[in-house]
Amino acid sequence: MRSFVFERAADLPQAVKLGAGTRQGQTDAPAQFLAGGTTLIDLMKLEVLTPQRVVHLQSPGAPWSAIEVSPNGARLGAFAKMSTVADDARVLAQYPVIAQSLQLAASAQIRNMATLGGNVLQRTRCPYYRDPSWSACNKRVPGSGCAAIHGFNRNHAILGVDENCISQYPGDFAIALIALDARVELMGAEGTRLIPFASLHTGVQSQPHIETTLKPGEIIIAFHVPAGAWTRRSLYLKVRDRASYEFAIASAAVALSIEGEEVREARIGLGGMAYRPWRSQEAENILIGNPLTESSAAAAAAAALKSAIGHGHNDYKPELARRTIVRALLEAKALQLSSGAS
Amino acid sequence: MRDAENLFGIPTSRIDGVDKVTGAARYASDEPVVNPAYGYFVTSTIARGRISAFKLDRAKAVRGVLDILTYQNVGNEAAPPVGPDGGPTTTTLESDRIWHDGQIIAVVVAETYEAAREAANRVEVVYVEEKPSASFDSPGVESVPHKPQKSPDPKKGDAAGAFAAAAVKFEARYSTPTQHHNPIELFTATCAWDGPKLTVYEPSQFMWGTKNSVAARLRVNPEQVRAVSRYIGGAFGSKGPNPRTVWVAIAAKRVGRPVKLVPTRDQSFTIATYRAETRQHIKLGASADGKLTSLIHEGWEVTSRPSGYNVSGVESTARMYACPNIATAVNVVHADRNTPGYMRAPPETPYMFALESAMDELAYELKMDPVELRRVNDTQTDPVDGLPFSSRSLMQCFDQAAAKFGWRHRDARPGVMRDGEWLIGFGCATACYPSNLGPAAVRVSLTPDGKATVGLAGHEIGTGAYTLVAISTARSLGLHVDDVTVHMGDSDLPPIMVAGGSNNAASAANVVVKACDELKQRIAKAAVDAADSPLRGADADKLTLTDGKLLGPSGESEPLARAVSRTGHRIEAYAEYIPEGLPPSAVADMSKGNPLMLGGAGRKDVAAFAFGAHFVEVRVHSRTREIRVPRVVSAFAAGTIVNPKAAYSQFMGGAIWGLSSALLEETEMDEGSARYINDNLADYLIPVNADVPSVEIIMVPEKDERVNPLGIKGIGEIGIVGMNAAVANAVFHATGKRVRELPIRAEKLL
Ligand SMILES: Cc1cc2nc3c(=O)[nH]c(=O)nc-3n(C[C@H](O)[C@H](O)[C@H](O)COP(=O)(O)OP(=O)(O)OC[C@H]3O[C@@H](n4cnc5c(N)ncnc54)[C@H](O)[C@@H]3O)c2cc1C
Repeated sequence: MRSFVFERAADLPQAVKLGAGTRQGQTDAPAQFLAGGTTLIDLMKLEVLTPQRVVHLQSPGAPWSAIEVSPNGARLGAFAKMSTVADDARVLAQYPVIAQSLQLAASAQIRNMATLGGNVLQRTRCPYYRDPSWSACNKRVPGSGCAAIHGFNRNHAILGVDENCISQYPGDFAIALIALDARVELMGAEGTRLIPFASLHTGVQSQPHIETTLKPGEIIIAFHVPAGAWTRRSLYLKVRDRASYEFAIASAAVALSIEGEEVREARIGLGGMAYRPWRSQEAENILIGNPLTESSAAAAAAAALKSAIGHGHNDYKPELARRTIVRALLEAKALQLSSGAS
Repeated sequence: MRDAENLFGIPTSRIDGVDKVTGAARYASDEPVVNPAYGYFVTSTIARGRISAFKLDRAKAVRGVLDILTYQNVGNEAAPPVGPDGGPTTTTLESDRIWHDGQIIAVVVAETYEAAREAANRVEVVYVEEKPSASFDSPGVESVPHKPQKSPDPKKGDAAGAFAAAAVKFEARYSTPTQHHNPIELFTATCAWDGPKLTVYEPSQFMWGTKNSVAARLRVNPEQVRAVSRYIGGAFGSKGPNPRTVWVAIAAKRVGRPVKLVPTRDQSFTIATYRAETRQHIKLGASADGKLTSLIHEGWEVTSRPSGYNVSGVESTARMYACPNIATAVNVVHADRNTPGYMRAPPETPYMFALESAMDELAYELKMDPVELRRVNDTQTDPVDGLPFSSRSLMQCFDQAAAKFGWRHRDARPGVMRDGEWLIGFGCATACYPSNLGPAAVRVSLTPDGKATVGLAGHEIGTGAYTLVAISTARSLGLHVDDVTVHMGDSDLPPIMVAGGSNNAASAANVVVKACDELKQRIAKAAVDAADSPLRGADADKLTLTDGKLLGPSGESEPLARAVSRTGHRIEAYAEYIPEGLPPSAVADMSKGNPLMLGGAGRKDVAAFAFGAHFVEVRVHSRTREIRVPRVVSAFAAGTIVNPKAAYSQFMGGAIWGLSSALLEETEMDEGSARYINDNLADYLIPVNADVPSVEIIMVPEKDERVNPLGIKGIGEIGIVGMNAAVANAVFHATGKRVRELPIRAEKLL
């Protein structure tokens, strides 16, 4: 770990000021906010992140870690711990996909430390990114190349990649958020703003070292998840090598509203396979208005993976991803919901 | 044979358990030394080439840096290292040569760990890089037949002819991946000089080996070197004499104070040994009723450029089943890698995977129950040497484990057993491990208050060795385990064989019981000769030490305190145990760092092996193909069990590691650069609790009068053996898909 200046902000507005050096969406900015630290400290120890200034976002008080559920939707404070949200009875009942995406992530210890805000900003697990002794990594050292493309890439992305970077977005919670059309509440130098979660992370766009659309000093303060008929019939399916404490090799967040036999609404988020949190509206469109069957699920899965590109070790992923989507959809359809749900 | 049943078999908690869980147990890097400086390794970032220059200015500018060792300033201060096979091996600071990625090329010494690490980061190295060869298929590797270490590769009859003529033939190729031990305690070393005397605090599974190897490389008299390692946080074969320690010793000499070095986890993937990847080819010929007529087993193993190290597991696979025609061969493939080394059941883990998978495949070809195939080929005679097995309870293990597992509920057809969306598969396989023995020496003393003290340079590698020595002493002298103080992990104590090849329990127990018997003899002799003893005139050989008393054959007794006082304030015995078959000089040779082990397969009188059977249920999701193992039942017969409590854990830990080696563990490599990828515990997967919901162990009673005086076979390694095949066999049964390349992951079943 390299030396750095450690600062505690008295409140969020002061943190915004101290955090001006976080730059515009840049992964290795000279200033970093510290929340639970389970990504940041890890990467500082590996010397992947070498910030000169670390600004501690001390638990800034109830509104920022509160969980509110109303008929209009849920508001999840960005400083809530993963474990608190995963265990919340209202979230479990009305937004099971969110609770599951958190419950199935990391370990109990990490979930007790880590915050929702930090979680969505976790960095890729690409081994070439996480070890600075590899010289080629465009995400870590812009312009240096990508060692993963011709290297060991078993758990690298197949969607949204280009020749600059094939790293994968590793988180689970973000997949549920993007599927449910969540919005992110931000506090910055010019006050607060609300943006679609889908626009928080950027695509590769030839500059993999830029990962978000956050402005300098901007802090995530909450996630807003709109209510909908589909949120209760939802689940997060995570396929991984071991039974717990492991990232996905493929995952799907699905939410369905079914009336009679017909799918009225479908939401599909994909993890463990894409460069950024991924939603497949192509797949959703195939399902909407039709009965959900093995073959319509397969057609949706095929549409979702249409643009997939493998690089050798991850050539298995499109097939695994399709199966994951089909399984998730059929399991969601089979869910027995208590009265009043669709 | 000594009456081992009366001595052993009582489940006993570890005498060091409280110290371990409270943090009081001192591991090597916890040993306090005065005013230490801290070392940090600089390792190479290329796998092949030469160092053309070091740029050290920026590193030296870091405040607190005391010294930087490179080949340029210390290269000729140490004799070349010796590999795990006794031959040449990859070097570190001896020259400008880079043999492998992550090779130690410099040691930075500073006032603090942080300064040393910061400076190490600033060392710039200019390389002349050459294209490395990573593994089997890389251009530039060199494959040659291995040099058999002791005896020629097992061979008998005309295997090729018998295979050609066989009624049923089966042939396949298998492979096993690179794996790393990853003991939680890292490969630390602390060196402190006191004038000409050096103390090395370092986790070592061979105290006298570390002492001698450090002395030899420093070209000093072994008397000057002491190795201390009271507790070892996992070793699994990775913590013997090594190429690293001398540089820490040299650094300590140069800076004139102790140097402590704790490497990082990722460095530990390249500065120590590992299990090399193998490829294997098996041919089995059988008659229609399943009797083997031919076994041909050939292996290929990766090693470094200079080392011929290999594990040659055909030594064991050739001895598993009755078969009149056997041919085996082993090849080493030299690549630009560091030298591999022993890792839990080094030969059997990879080679039994191939044999036990092939046996399962043959059973399907024959439409036979795999358990029955083992039964028709079971034998009480070593098929290679024709010697009797000292004992072999393989089928008892199969039958007891099968009954507990519910094997009879198996539908033999692959892919038909289901629970909803999950496919269910049952699989089984044989476990085996040679019962090896080593020389050992010990000093035991007893005082009239009924307290015993035992000293030998044994190794607490986490197996419960302190407790085993305490049990052996207590039970021999009629004391409680709490009355025994055990000193180990110090080369100032009498030597014992390397804690490897699962020999240490048998070797230590035999030597301790021998010393205790001598104490008892002397106490008894004094009593029968004493005018004031109720045992006066009794036959000394018939007296026993029981419950704090010296007891005569017809019930007359004397308190231990009186009987011991008669011999003085403290009675002490020194004993050596040299297994029959080793030369009389074995203890003396070992003291010079030349350990001679009596291999279970190398004996003149018997073939000595422990056996076992694993049964596994796997579940594979019919769509997404995740593989889960809800339950395991494993049975083992391994002679006398000294401490059933520790043995249960040892067997269970082995079985879990076997499962891990089947499904999860692989050190992945970047082919082009011959560098490891997942060199950390987040990415190198091992099972978590959710992966092993149920593991049941059966200890099949076995009395072995021939293996050694106490009938103890080692149990440290057998648990892992064959488990990988049992899992693969179960996966086939669940899915109809045979995976011959470990690890088995979802993508291989899509
Ligand atoms: C071994 C391991 C296994 C894991 N497995 C999984 C898994 O299976 N699934 C999964 O989803 N995750 C997994 N994780 C990742 C883990 O969930 C994240 O590390 C964690 O959620 C990050 O939250 P934090 O509060 O600790 O963030 P920090 O480490 O404190 O911060 C992370 C980043 O976000 C920034 N940041 C934090 N809060 C804010 C904010 N409010 N506004 C703006 N910027 C902010 C920080 O500056 C930093 O750049 C794993 C992590 C580890 C170490």
